Amino acid sequence: MARIGVFVCHCGENIGRTVDCARVAQALGELPGVAHAADYKYMCSDPGQALVKQAIVEKKLDGVVVAACSPHMHEKTFRRTVSSAGLNPFLCEMANIREHCSWIHEDCEAATVKATDLARFMIEKVKHNVPLQPIRIPITRRALVIGAGISGIQAALDIADGGRDVVLVEKEPSIGGHMSQLSETFPTLDCSQCILTPRMVEVYQHPRIKLYSYSEVDAVEGYIGSFTVRIRRKARSVDESKCNGCGECQKVCPNRKIPSEFDVGLGKRSAIYVPFPQAVPNIPVIDRENCALYKGRARGAKKQACGRCAEACGRQAIDYDQQDSFVTEKVGAIIVATGYQLYSIGKQQEAENLKGYGEYGYGRIPDVIDGLQFERLASASGPTSGKILRPSDGKEPKTIAFLQCIGSRDPAKGMEYCSKICCMYVAKHTMLYHHKVHDGKAVVFYMDIRAAGKGYDEFARRAIEESHALYLRGRVSKMYREGDVIKVFGVDTLSGEPVVIDADMVVLATAMRPQPGIEALAQKLSISYDGHGFINEAHPKLRPVETNTAGVFVAGACQSPRDIPDSVAMASATASKVLGLFSAEELEREPLVAHIDPALCVGCFHCERVCAYGAIEHKEIRDKNDNLIKIVAEVNSGVCQGCGTCQATCPSKADELEGFTDQQIYAEINAF
Amino acid sequence: MTSSQSVSSPENGRNSSGDSLAHEIHNLTGVDPARCYQCGKCTAGCPMANEMAVGPHAMIRLIQLDRRDRLMRDESKWLCLTCETCTSRCPNEIDPARLIDGLREIAFRDHREKTPARIRAFHESFLNQIRMFGRMYELGLVIWYKTKSGALFDDVATAPGLITRGKLNFLPHGNQDIASIRRIFEACVEGKDHK
Repeated sequence: MARIGVFVCHCGENIGRTVDCARVAQALGELPGVAHAADYKYMCSDPGQALVKQAIVEKKLDGVVVAACSPHMHEKTFRRTVSSAGLNPFLCEMANIREHCSWIHEDCEAATVKATDLARFMIEKVKHNVPLQPIRIPITRRALVIGAGISGIQAALDIADGGRDVVLVEKEPSIGGHMSQLSETFPTLDCSQCILTPRMVEVYQHPRIKLYSYSEVDAVEGYIGSFTVRIRRKARSVDESKCNGCGECQKVCPNRKIPSEFDVGLGKRSAIYVPFPQAVPNIPVIDRENCALYKGRARGAKKQACGRCAEACGRQAIDYDQQDSFVTEKVGAIIVATGYQLYSIGKQQEAENLKGYGEYGYGRIPDVIDGLQFERLASASGPTSGKILRPSDGKEPKTIAFLQCIGSRDPAKGMEYCSKICCMYVAKHTMLYHHKVHDGKAVVFYMDIRAAGKGYDEFARRAIEESHALYLRGRVSKMYREGDVIKVFGVDTLSGEPVVIDADMVVLATAMRPQPGIEALAQKLSISYDGHGFINEAHPKLRPVETNTAGVFVAGACQSPRDIPDSVAMASATASKVLGLFSAEELEREPLVAHIDPALCVGCFHCERVCAYGAIEHKEIRDKNDNLIKIVAEVNSGVCQGCGTCQATCPSKADELEGFTDQQIYAEINAF
Repeated sequence: MTSSQSVSSPENGRNSSGDSLAHEIHNLTGVDPARCYQCGKCTAGCPMANEMAVGPHAMIRLIQLDRRDRLMRDESKWLCLTCETCTSRCPNEIDPARLIDGLREIAFRDHREKTPARIRAFHESFLNQIRMFGRMYELGLVIWYKTKSGALFDDVATAPGLITRGKLNFLPHGNQDIASIRRIFEACVEGKDHK
């Protein structure tokens, strides 16, 4: 005969108002197999838990049902309580009489009956519960960080400084991300590269960080504590072990008119190039699309079309025949920090909802540029050496119109979300412009100034009060070129007056979007993303840096638009999560996973097809003479998330989810 | 805003059936004024905004605030050319042109006395031409409008130019399916049910 203890919680008034808890406890106490029944105002409080422990010891209980709130809320609490009284934690179940009963009913009589029933079902289930032991998985205590912008760099350094090895993968030839392109940063106006490049060098020289630049994650297998990652090392056409970064190859390259990605098309680079002088690693890469030699090969020319860089290289580092190669790394945790791209309004958009802005003339009017291009103009390392000169004729613009919310907050032509950083960087741009062109006039078209952050609003006010930027509240309707100027048709909704500005240059604060290819990467990692491609966090408030796949974390602007301080804070948060995970040699997991009885399994592998986590493996059953009898399905308990889909699918009833076996579920149903 | 013009004042915002202006215009046009976040792009591109006391974005704001009297009194809505520049550029796809048209419909229906006589005369003349001939008969419009409004000598100087360029024909253009036009008028104006 079972000896079950039942504990009915009032949850203050939450349950007690609608459910007569004393009556529920009394009714349950009379059921066969129930050795103890009690009710209490707050069962989760210390005295409430003491009641449970006391009853377990005194009444020698072999099962516990707590009729209270949702198991999401307090199952862990009560399982710990039960465990500390010497009972296996998985012999404790919760009956949800709050969310499923008292909160949704008004009739006290009926709610009391329902609460009694709900607890009764659980009593029948607990009678079939068996003690379960937590699963222990060994952890590979190395982390993979995908993306080496400021978020990835910060996460990698924090983990490495914490004593664990890091594999850092960056798809571009150099690490540094978008932050390396910025001139000054808000709200302090400190030079972006000055604060970033020491970090980049630190990453490169850190004994615990293994950097794969110009590489991409190709495939990911495994689970928390034990991922196997295949990394594609794209062919640089330069042997990294021989090159010393002297730069002779770039000097002799005949094709020097390629728009520089780093300067967002405002500067030029050669076909063999290092993206920028402080690049890490300082090793060039050949852009095969634009290199004369490869273009010649593609045409099928027998003679080598060029080869000057190889001739110029004193170390024979140029390798025209280099192929993409693959390396495999084992890691225990993964951080996704792939960052953002700017919404390119001048180009054909890949999605129907991103129609773009024909009326602004981006791409047609050369002096209409985006925010990142302005950063390059204002940057000392930029194509104009920090002078604000417009692209069309190299003249110094005396009036610049800055347009905010381009693509952002625009459901019709772009994205409905706010890109968060544009208000601040536009304020910064007006200041930089004022500092460099004293008689210049900055006009800002904005909808709202969103300057929430330490020192942010003060900074935005300085743009207006000290740098004399004219802020006009309203969207611009259209722009066109007339003679030497761009006519900007806007409005100041505060006065209600339409405004026409003759601007020499226009800067569009375009929306932040996740990097292209983020969806494919997310699918490789089995993590979810939203309709815009931003990675979803596990919980928007309480688990902001975890994803829905255990062991995969997210940092920076690939999760949502964010600025540098936020990205760095988030990156450090992921690092602390990873270091916490790595603090033990083994990972303890709840044993509520599926189990397949090899004797019953017929090897149909329906379970494999429905498993969302790839937890089903094939196992050969052999006799003692090593003859193959059959191939059956086996659950990798490290990967299994305990969803139960395989159990529902199994035609031969070989599949059971621990804690939710058929026997347990049927006991509950039969009690109904 | 004075207290007598408060946002929720019923005598200001409600029609005879107690409906808010925003709700009424939503039902009438199918356009939800609540979706406007007042960016002003409609006013920024409006060719008539400089002539309007209340620009398109401000009209929508007044609809949101239920300021029926103010909107009915104001003449800006009659200046809209229905060029739909605002509609094509609105980030929220609100269709301001349709909203302004809705305002005119309500004004014409409930507040005829507040509609300037000349504007009323012009719109009635215009619709009468369509009703009679199935398309625009310019000379008829001119005669009807001038008779109704009393503005006999306005724009007379432009007449010779219009006539020599063939813009002012003496006879109306025919319409092959005048019966359909009549049925549209009956369905829309007289409210008769046509299958």
